[in-house]
Amino acid sequence: MDWLTEILKAALLTVVVFTYLAVVTAMIGVYLERKISGWIQARLGPKHVGPQGLLQTVADTVKLLQKEHITPRQADVLIFNAAPIMVAVAGLLDWVVIPFGRIGERVLVVRDLNIGVLYFAAMASLTVIGILAGGWSSNNKYALLGGLRSASQMVSYEIPLALGILWVAMIAGTLSTVGIVQAQAQQGGWFLFKLPQLDYAGAPFGILAALTFLTAATAEVNRVPFDLPEAESELVAGYFAEYTGMRFALFQLGEYAEAFAMAALAAIMFLGGWLEPNLPAWLWITLGLAAVLVVVLLLITGASRDLLIRPILILAVLGAALCVVMFFGVQAGRSPVLPSPVWFLTKMFALVFFLIWMRWTYPRLRLDQLLNLSWKVLLPVGLLNLLITGFLITVVRAP
Amino acid sequence: MPKVIVDWLYVAVFAFVGTIMAALPLGIVWLLAPRADLPQKTLTYESGVIPFGQAWAQFNVRYYLFALIFVVFDVEVIYLYPWAVVFRQLGAFAFFEMVIFLLILLVGLAYAWRKGALEWT
Repeated sequence: MDWLTEILKAALLTVVVFTYLAVVTAMIGVYLERKISGWIQARLGPKHVGPQGLLQTVADTVKLLQKEHITPRQADVLIFNAAPIMVAVAGLLDWVVIPFGRIGERVLVVRDLNIGVLYFAAMASLTVIGILAGGWSSNNKYALLGGLRSASQMVSYEIPLALGILWVAMIAGTLSTVGIVQAQAQQGGWFLFKLPQLDYAGAPFGILAALTFLTAATAEVNRVPFDLPEAESELVAGYFAEYTGMRFALFQLGEYAEAFAMAALAAIMFLGGWLEPNLPAWLWITLGLAAVLVVVLLLITGASRDLLIRPILILAVLGAALCVVMFFGVQAGRSPVLPSPVWFLTKMFALVFFLIWMRWTYPRLRLDQLLNLSWKVLLPVGLLNLLITGFLITVVRAP
Repeated sequence: MPKVIVDWLYVAVFAFVGTIMAALPLGIVWLLAPRADLPQKTLTYESGVIPFGQAWAQFNVRYYLFALIFVVFDVEVIYLYPWAVVFRQLGAFAFFEMVIFLLILLVGLAYAWRKGALEWT
């Protein structure tokens, strides 16, 4: 009967992960996106529903639940209805291999597949089928163009994305996501800065690989500056132009689940996943004092009364608190000081913030520029990086 | 049970239960949301004008071209995965063999580039 218990356990975990996706990635993700977008544009973002507008996305969801589903007469009904579910499920399946942390000997991951990152890449590219299905079945010209653009974009960026993943697999010598984090724990440094055998001299290669991966990941999840498939100013809403109510929300859910999953994978591959940054105590207290200085300056000058400065104040207070806790923890010789999921989530949200920040920094690319960037820049750079790093660690500095 | 079967059992259950979970809100909508049929409402959206023809028509052939190049490189990448996992143990020999494989593929990329298959215009 252990089958049945496994199936029940898996079903329960699905519900947990799905709820996590709906609440953390979709609701908090949309809230953060609107709030941060607001601050970057010197406005306040949502602020009326709940404290600081925290319940805005809950209200939006309730509203969307009451909206009528309109299926265009011309559409292909079956595919039209299946497309949003496909996108949402593809977003969910990514999270099977994402480890959230380690408590004692137990790694908090749904399943540590031995081909983890390959599985991740495969599931991430499943989204394109849902998007193409939605775009095509709507029988709407905007939607079709959006779907086609999305397909060509996603297949083009699939290669640089895979090259970034391969680079990490090559260094770590494993495809398992847990294994990649453990490889970083073993050598005592993130792959972004430190490689085995090369030590910190490997930093340029690590940073290059991380940039290639992040660029490709941004394109893969259709975010600005690669948001041509849903370019509002040219294609209305692209492939989901015809979708209303909760179906639209499912597309959004899938998209945010995917974007967060990409950020999570980048954190695992390049930023050491759940590992705690291994800094000496004096550095922690210096950082903490710098943050305290920012807080004091904001309070003295009265700048903190400005609602637009307030987020900086809050971030500085949180940062100062973190640094002080870390300082005393390291002094007391505790390791790790904080529970590992805290670090994983911090890294993931930092990368999500980076994605949102990019959205308001770069203008949208044209389709030919987009494809050029993938095939003529990222692909050769990714391949060369792979070859040079491989050459250095097998031939020049052979173990 | 072997670990690998349990692993994929989980993936299968995730896909199955995930589909149900995703369809659930659609069911709630079916219960809650109003339904009113109007001929204008189910018309395809085309910036407010009556839609002209079907969207299921011809589209730019370049989309196929990129799909074809993609297939070549995706297969290449799939071959690279097993290599990447074991190449630390195999050492320099495996590395140079893969360099030869990649160079052949890069010739393919250079050819497509030169022929203008990577240009959108």
